[in-house]
Amino acid sequence: MSDDPIRPRMPRRGQLPFALIFTGLSLILLLQIGRQTTWAEGTELFAQPRFWPAVALIGMVGFGALHIWHLPRRRWHREDTFEAIKWLRVLEYLGWFLVYVWIVPVIGYLPASILFAPALTWRLGYRSKAMLGLSAGFAVAVVVLFKSVLQVRIPGGAVYEYLPDALRSFFILNF
Amino acid sequence: MDLLYSGIEVLLRWDVGLALLVGSVGGVLIGAIPGVGPAVAIAILLPATFSMEPIVGLTLLLGIYGSSMYGGSIPAILINTPGTAVNALTTYDGYPMTARGEPRRALSLAYSASFFGGVFSVICLILFAPILAKIAPMFGSREIFLAALLGIVLVVVAHRGHTLIAAALACFGIFLNTIGLEPVKYSKRYTFDQAFLSGGIDLIVVVLGLFALSQAFLLLQDQDENIRTTRLRGGLFQGLRELARHPRIAGISASFGVVMGMIPGVGEFTAQFMSYTYAQKSSKRPEDFGRGSSEGLIAAETANNAVPAAAMVPLLALGIPGEALTAMMLSVFYVHNVVPGPGLFFYQMDFVIALYIALLVLNVLVLVFLLSATPALVQVVKIPNRFLGVCILILSFVGVYSLRNSATDCAIAAGFGILGFMLKRLELPIVPIILGMVLGGIMEVKLRSAMTRVDTPLDFINRPIAFILFVIIVLVLALHIRRAWLDSKLKKDRKWQTKTSSTRFGTQMYRRRSSLSAARGRKVRATRSPYAPRSTDRS
Repeated sequence: MSDDPIRPRMPRRGQLPFALIFTGLSLILLLQIGRQTTWAEGTELFAQPRFWPAVALIGMVGFGALHIWHLPRRRWHREDTFEAIKWLRVLEYLGWFLVYVWIVPVIGYLPASILFAPALTWRLGYRSKAMLGLSAGFAVAVVVLFKSVLQVRIPGGAVYEYLPDALRSFFILNF
Repeated sequence: MDLLYSGIEVLLRWDVGLALLVGSVGGVLIGAIPGVGPAVAIAILLPATFSMEPIVGLTLLLGIYGSSMYGGSIPAILINTPGTAVNALTTYDGYPMTARGEPRRALSLAYSASFFGGVFSVICLILFAPILAKIAPMFGSREIFLAALLGIVLVVVAHRGHTLIAAALACFGIFLNTIGLEPVKYSKRYTFDQAFLSGGIDLIVVVLGLFALSQAFLLLQDQDENIRTTRLRGGLFQGLRELARHPRIAGISASFGVVMGMIPGVGEFTAQFMSYTYAQKSSKRPEDFGRGSSEGLIAAETANNAVPAAAMVPLLALGIPGEALTAMMLSVFYVHNVVPGPGLFFYQMDFVIALYIALLVLNVLVLVFLLSATPALVQVVKIPNRFLGVCILILSFVGVYSLRNSATDCAIAAGFGILGFMLKRLELPIVPIILGMVLGGIMEVKLRSAMTRVDTPLDFINRPIAFILFVIIVLVLALHIRRAWLDSKLKKDRKWQTKTSSTRFGTQMYRRRSSLSAARGRKVRATRSPYAPRSTDRS
């Protein structure tokens, strides 16, 4: 049970760094409002291009500051540092995702997926042939479902250009 | 009657039927896998539905939305882990039933209650549609602005204990919507002279980042659990008979679901807790609640399944989504230039009726599927968490990249994925960002057009519906401020009680009574124990 019945149970770790980052960035954006928006002469306040960004940013800064003031713990604790490290660790998987995005237009959707899924599965510690096979099978199924059946717009890989004519158009259209 | 026939005619098309079947079966499967949920599935499938006709795409998404909660009850009952967030209350009474050897009864009851809730809400809405068609045209720009504002206010105040950060995140959503070219003056807003920001930030990119990618990151960092499922014995039809013995609880819970579903920003959680509380208070055996009560299970499941159909009301009648899933569906309308709102009820009532009948058929399909396939479906919950993360990451790529084939979109979505990951770890709400983005856009457009027709600020609320909406907003805010003030007073009292202590000798002794008596008790026990060493200083 939470030690404070008024508040719902929520982790205390990381609340302070998140609130500080959020409010700090909001304040920086608010300070930029003169440069990043315009004031149209002879236009009513509600129709000004600056009106809604101003409302939103003032709300972000104001409510963010009140949230910090209302936090159950306003001093940095080492749990906050550990939580921030957890946030940074996830950047590795973000990197995996961006590499996948980058290689799809180069080697093609199907080859990239067949490489990516088992590689990430291996990275996560699954070493059995069944899991690696399952991940490759899942990748093929996704490509076939979305690109071949539902015809979603994903361009063919640059390497498909080196395929023979008949195969090239088939691969560009379906894989 | 003609409208009903034309609605049925739309549904008899093979592509609509297939979308309904795939959506309902897919929704059950997605719901049964803890850690995926309908939001992730709908976010991933959104771009794929853009190439379909609006009715086909919406039927597919509605199928997932309406059936995921049926599937979500399976892990909630069998392994005490809700498949979707709204099945959390199902674990209270569902899992204790499994623990005492009645998993079939619990599942059967959950399916029957869900079916009743779903069908009840659709029937209510079909009957309610003609009234809605009359009320909807009364909503002009100012009424829609006020309804959108009410939606944001309700979403914020619904997050009790997180109200301030929910408000800040809703404002963040409004801010995201303003980035790019301003639609009237064509001036740039917060583009930082970057070409990729001139077109603004796409809602789908944000949705995929906050819901799908963040969930993938969360699962990839998670640990795999060793899940043991129970063997199912007995019939699955007994739940229908048991449900028939509690018509009052089922009916009132479904009514709570319908009413709460129609109010923007409220949704399943409030409906569930209200119906659960009602069921407990009115029960002859309230002590059974939380220990495997059939009434508790009926209340929770009926209420949450009555919400999806009702949640379509503000979306279809006013073009205002009440929560994240209907906000995503709004983009399907926009892509096909179908403008939800009063006009939809006036000109395309057959479309609306077709959607309602689709929801009705969906409930029948799902019930039949679940009654026949539950033993096989139970195996789905065994998929390892981290492997699920890989699957979601691969599927998220399709969702983001197929929008505009833009690597920049993927990078932005990944950025929102990190933000969503942080919010989920901190248990802070994500929905206010999405609703802020959608409702912020609506408010900007409607306020601008409304203000051209009013001379004084009071003219803004001089129409009956605008006035009622304004009064509701003021009331909601006043009640919330009162509640916050009472909470803070209570908190202060508690703080005062623990920090301020009397210095009187008697009070000090009273506070030390346990330690004093313990020490004295030890001494007495030592002297009376037959095993105590003999001592010469006995008193």
